[in-house]
Amino acid sequence: MTLREIANLLDAKVLTGEKYLDTEVKTAFSADLMSDVLAFAKPGSIMITGLTNPQIVRIANIVDNSAIIIVRGKTPPDETIRLAEELDIPVLSTRYILFETSGKLYANGIIGCVGKIEGPGSVVPL
Amino acid sequence: MNRKYEFSFPVEGKNFDDAGKASVEIKRLLKELGIAGDVLRRTAIATYESEVNIISYAWKGTINVRVTDNNISIKIQDSGPGITDIEQAMRQGYSTADDRIREMGFGAGMGLFNIKNCSDGFEISSKVNKGTLLKILINR
Repeated sequence: MTLREIANLLDAKVLTGEKYLDTEVKTAFSADLMSDVLAFAKPGSIMITGLTNPQIVRIANIVDNSAIIIVRGKTPPDETIRLAEELDIPVLSTRYILFETSGKLYANGIIGCVGKIEGPGSVVPL
Repeated sequence: MNRKYEFSFPVEGKNFDDAGKASVEIKRLLKELGIAGDVLRRTAIATYESEVNIISYAWKGTINVRVTDNNISIKIQDSGPGITDIEQAMRQGYSTADDRIREMGFGAGMGLFNIKNCSDGFEISSKVNKGTLLKILINR
């Protein structure tokens, strides 16, 4: 799916990164725990989160997320958007909750970044 | 020819607003040096978690990155309360984080574990009421 299709599906507002909406996305990672994003998110995946602070943008830069989707209708502070502009990371905001957002994307062919976690440091791929 | 690059970033304890700033800059510099893919990614993740650790728990610290043709060595030195029981701190899920840290999406007891997971070499030593030294090696 492209980010544009995702934005339509989630009835999401594009807060920044309009010019990247034709980016093709295959994977996503949903979390409010940024340590898990650092541990498991794949390059090119979308970060789906309920957090809004500027750190989510820095994390997205570190793991090469293609976009951030903020859920539960939250509006991030201006500094988050400014930083996202600076680091070229599109940010979308949807009113759907984390579960609904993830489910809608999954039903449309977006998959997760890892399968199961078997034990400390051991991940079973999808 | 053997080329070496080295840079250091100071990190201030409790400066939650700037969390991740140094690591984003380190990643940018490494990219400029032609480091890419998995090596870049692992280095960036390890420095990010380390930076969050300094901000969350220490008074102040430095992240020093040294790049050679063969590897990237990262030294994270902080002055702070130190870690009493390193084995316990390394355990997944163990954390002494406060609300401020958790609001930022950290403090679930994953940090040191994540760092180790990204590293080819990992050494940690700590002195109570002095600080902690973390040495990470990532092969190129």
